Amino acid sequence: MRFEINGQWVDAAAAPGQCLRTFLRELEHFEVKKGCDTGDCGACSVLVDGTPVHSCVYPAFRAEGTAITTAAGLGTPGSLAPVQQRFVDHAGFQCGFCTPGMVVTASTLTEHDLEDLPRLLKGNICRCTGYRAIDDAIHGRHTPADGSAPCALPADGLGPVVRTGTRATTQAGQTPTAPTPPARGYVGSSTHAPASERVVSGLEPYTLDVAVPGLLHVSVLQSPHAHARIRSIDTGRAAALPGVHAVLTHTDSPATLFSTARHEDRTDDPDDTLVFDRVLRFRGQRVAAVVADTVAIAEAACRLIEVEYDLLPAVFDPVLAAAPGAPLVHGEKDAAASRVADPSRNLVAELHGEYGDLEAGLGEATHLVTGTWQTQRVAHTHLETHGTIGWLEHAGTPEQRLVLRTSSQVPFLVQREICHIFDLDPAAVRVFTARVGGGFGGKQEILTEDLVSLAVLATGRPVQYEFSRSDEFRVAPTRHPMRVGVTLGATDDGRLTALALDVLSDTGAYGNHGPGVMYHGSSESVSLYSVPNKRVDARSVYTNNLPSGAFRGYGLGQVIFGVESALDDLARDLGVSPFDLRRLNSVRPGDPLVVTHVEGDDLIFGSYGLDQCLDLAEAALARGNGVPVPTGPEWRVGEGMATAMIATVPPRGHFAQASVTLCADGRYAVRVGTAEFGNGTTTVHTQLAATALGTSPDRIDILQSDTDTIGYDTGAFGSAGVVVAGKAVLGASTALAAVLRQAAADARPGTPADAWLLEPDGLRCGSTAVSLTELAARAAAAAPAGDASVSTTPVDPTDVGTTPVDPISIGSAPAPSAPAALTTPPTAAPEPAPSSTVLRGTSSEDGAVRSVAFNVQAFRVAVSTLTGEVRILQSIQAADAGVVMNPAQCRGQIEGGVAQAIGTALFEEVLLDGEGTVTTSVLRNYHVPLLADLPVTEVYFAETTDELGPYGAKSMSESPYNPVAPALANAVRDAIGIRPYELPMSRDRIWRLMHP
Amino acid sequence: MDLNTVVTITPARVRSDLSALGDTVAPLAGGSELFADPRAHLTGLVDLQAFGWPALTVTGAGLEIAATCTLAQLAALPAGPGWTAHPLLFECCTALYGSFKVWNVATVGGNLATALPAGPMTSLAAALDAEVLVWRRDGSDERLPAADFVTGDMTTVLGTGDVLRSIHIPEASLRARTAFRKIALSPIGRSGAVVIGRLDRDGRFTLTVTAATLRPVQLRYDAIPAAAELRADVAGIDAWFTDAHGAADWRAAVSAVLAEEIRHQLEAPESGTTPTESEARP
Repeated sequence: MRFEINGQWVDAAAAPGQCLRTFLRELEHFEVKKGCDTGDCGACSVLVDGTPVHSCVYPAFRAEGTAITTAAGLGTPGSLAPVQQRFVDHAGFQCGFCTPGMVVTASTLTEHDLEDLPRLLKGNICRCTGYRAIDDAIHGRHTPADGSAPCALPADGLGPVVRTGTRATTQAGQTPTAPTPPARGYVGSSTHAPASERVVSGLEPYTLDVAVPGLLHVSVLQSPHAHARIRSIDTGRAAALPGVHAVLTHTDSPATLFSTARHEDRTDDPDDTLVFDRVLRFRGQRVAAVVADTVAIAEAACRLIEVEYDLLPAVFDPVLAAAPGAPLVHGEKDAAASRVADPSRNLVAELHGEYGDLEAGLGEATHLVTGTWQTQRVAHTHLETHGTIGWLEHAGTPEQRLVLRTSSQVPFLVQREICHIFDLDPAAVRVFTARVGGGFGGKQEILTEDLVSLAVLATGRPVQYEFSRSDEFRVAPTRHPMRVGVTLGATDDGRLTALALDVLSDTGAYGNHGPGVMYHGSSESVSLYSVPNKRVDARSVYTNNLPSGAFRGYGLGQVIFGVESALDDLARDLGVSPFDLRRLNSVRPGDPLVVTHVEGDDLIFGSYGLDQCLDLAEAALARGNGVPVPTGPEWRVGEGMATAMIATVPPRGHFAQASVTLCADGRYAVRVGTAEFGNGTTTVHTQLAATALGTSPDRIDILQSDTDTIGYDTGAFGSAGVVVAGKAVLGASTALAAVLRQAAADARPGTPADAWLLEPDGLRCGSTAVSLTELAARAAAAAPAGDASVSTTPVDPTDVGTTPVDPISIGSAPAPSAPAALTTPPTAAPEPAPSSTVLRGTSSEDGAVRSVAFNVQAFRVAVSTLTGEVRILQSIQAADAGVVMNPAQCRGQIEGGVAQAIGTALFEEVLLDGEGTVTTSVLRNYHVPLLADLPVTEVYFAETTDELGPYGAKSMSESPYNPVAPALANAVRDAIGIRPYELPMSRDRIWRLMHP
Repeated sequence: MDLNTVVTITPARVRSDLSALGDTVAPLAGGSELFADPRAHLTGLVDLQAFGWPALTVTGAGLEIAATCTLAQLAALPAGPGWTAHPLLFECCTALYGSFKVWNVATVGGNLATALPAGPMTSLAAALDAEVLVWRRDGSDERLPAADFVTGDMTTVLGTGDVLRSIHIPEASLRARTAFRKIALSPIGRSGAVVIGRLDRDGRFTLTVTAATLRPVQLRYDAIPAAAELRADVAGIDAWFTDAHGAADWRAAVSAVLAEEIRHQLEAPESGTTPTESEARP
């Protein structure tokens, strides 16, 4: 059929049952994204003859004779449509995966529509931003961070983020301070993401946005049973189907047990998983997979696989799972070999410890509070589902390499584990990511890479495996549901004398992240408070529910919900303000950080802004925001707050290497391992390099998240992108700056190196100047012939994986340096290149010493006694982010974290039927926040300078999420006089509290 | 999503083309529901859009809505003379979970035939005592009340090969006063309850409860009932249900709240100025 795409006539045939989304992507219009495939998220929005539709539910055959417009048809980099430009100007995206659909939708709105925007945008889900920036972008206005009335935006960029409060006293550190006021593009300025123009036009390639000739597809047969053993499996009919290249089952699986969870230390997680297991422990687990020419053939072949199962008893309730006599999920595992605490009790991990004397502390108390809180399963709902494309490079030769292009936060850890599972040499595996469409912890797992590796190795062909949205809900790990018992004791003066925790975490059928989430959940939630007597009892247990995994906050949010709710009850009991209760009992610099023992000296107060955060949030709440209480006698009003602390780096090592090279064209190439998934680290890395090198961000190219690009990076988790990887980038940039000064001095004899100043085009020493291109040329001329150790070829980061060519070259940016040894973390900085041959700075960072960051959230709410509706009248977050590297972006991280947490607090719940089947398997049954659901959150930054982070920065990705649910629960409690103990605080639950 | 097992699309231009329908061949209208779920049992689709039915036909007897009329077309229909109930057309469209972009393809008939409890076209048709025309597979026509068309959660009177042809809203209903209330677990989320009151010109009052119940439930009165009577009758409904969009007990309770708001609103004298008497409940 003939139709037009973005003004060009196309003649192509669609399959009868094909939807327009996949048809357009087949035609390499990768700007049309898949978020849900059910018409709910809007990422695939296109215009058909000017009418916006969700192309995933639009029959492709109806496109005949029409004119289709995609995001790329609205405008392209350099010639953006006004609406696209506004999304750039207002930082109206983070991961950007929803943005093409958002922009297409917004392009159809008129001035008159803006009042009705919440309704008109209900079919466009953004999981990252919290929508304020999107709302501003569509309106073309700027809402100040203090939530006051929006103003017209100055044409050249974002307005300043409000800063109040006094600068905290910190120790004098080695860290250079940021220039003030920040120069455009330097740290401290609201620099736009380097990929902005490509993102808003849909031309930034994500994981699967690449055309690979000869690509095969995977479809998985999933277990219909919660616990069963495969008695027999007959793949004969499936294998015989034309177009099928392989049918893979447990007989093809490597025997190496591993964990889907990825950490710096692989022994952090139990080895309890196989690529294919003969025993199925949750509904949806892989039984078999078909590799075929098309998804349709693979699906058809899956239906032809005949399996006989022996059903096994199953357990779904973590309390029952921990009880004697419960069906055992991994009963056959060797505890030591698999690192499972006690397979005979479904116990993955446990922690029992006491500091001081809890009984004595409780005895001393005059006020006691106790309660048990329950959190639910939450789905990450990153808009880009999990997916991997794999292929062989130099197939059949000694140089054969398996290459994986995957949607991961941890490409280097994936590489390591794929090598472990398949017994491959690190040099034989390359893993890289394109821009990743959101993660929130969900991509700190191996969910598709292992199967693609097996399929590629089995067929020798390029293979793609893409999760559906239903796979995300039914198979991908969720946030760990936790039961959290808290007991607090205090004396009349408000001082805590005892704090006890009893945590039961449902890790589901596999133990990925089970131990880590349990330990981390019980750490900063407890160590935040100076209490002489503490006890923690925590268990993480297997059940036959779908696995739980890493989720933003990594356990802290669940436990903080209990602890901060209990503190609120204590404040009521004592008759003191909840702010004052925190002021009295929170740790201060100099205090020991204690969970069940004093934390090691790797965790320090590199800065301290909790006092400022409490003041800022309290003042904002007292000030109010003028939003009226709804009329009617049924509305009750309340206020609440909660606090959270987080270590700025995960414990026990988080490694990053970076290099910065001056290229022949005078531009800088930054090589760093961490991935960009909407966290904005690429922007900050650009700013860090620009600041250290005295240049502007547009002269810096970032090459990242590729095991070929740089030696090593533990990964983009634990909020490490700025404080670890960023610190390495800063180190490398600073080293290069010194190299350049020396090179300039060498080029102009008689000038001292330290007299040279770096400028965007070159270096200057008084009236003497030398251009960067000259220095690069001099260095190249001095290099021995054939030295390819480091390329100085100018790079084009937009070229990563976009050229539809032989898959071998997919994703290869510049000629990479040889991969360093990958089996062990680096212990020292890579050898700096001699400045006479290559102008390059390198650095590595080990994250060995960690600081702490703080967040305080406060709410004013109105609750309807008739319906249980919780209406947020005011939302406030004060954050201690150290020196804020990029105010607009950091504000966006906080707004997005608050938004995701409001979803957790009020709406979201992955429901199971009690027998292991997820019933909320599509987006329309799992409500993630929409524009209509969220208030503008006022964001305030404490003024602190961290002695560890680059230019004094601290991490601020996970932590904004953590205090939100208890702050909201405390406000609801204040309003209705009844304590909510369970999340989400859905309208039906809140109504039932008042109508028992 | 792709319906990978579908190998034929049959355009239906004349009624006999519907003979292609069967257990593995389904009727296709807008596609927004059909393409939102994997349907591996299907081998073919019969495209009802090919009939080219006029979307909306206004006659002296009322409004005839073709099954293939989109929600966008319905929402944009100008009011006829004396159509006090006209705002309800748009309001019910806003109760669709799908966005305005879905309105551009989703059809009135498709929404009724899908028969989700939260189907807002079911709410609309039932509340206005519409009659639906079903083309039976054997070539016969059958007319029945819209409220009886949906028999339960995703079940209707349609058998294999039957097609919903049109929905007819009587003129008297269009001239009635209506009050619309919707509530969900989030401000504009998938409906937990949609309650609509209709006060006819002869004083009769009809309350239609949908989304909270497995099928539309109607309470009829010769005149606006007293609050206690209405409350008791709502409490007597036995079709509340629980799913991800609300628990049955909450749905029963909030339906009673909404019913009372509606009763109160329609009890008040008609206002001559406001175009809609309904109030958005965020």
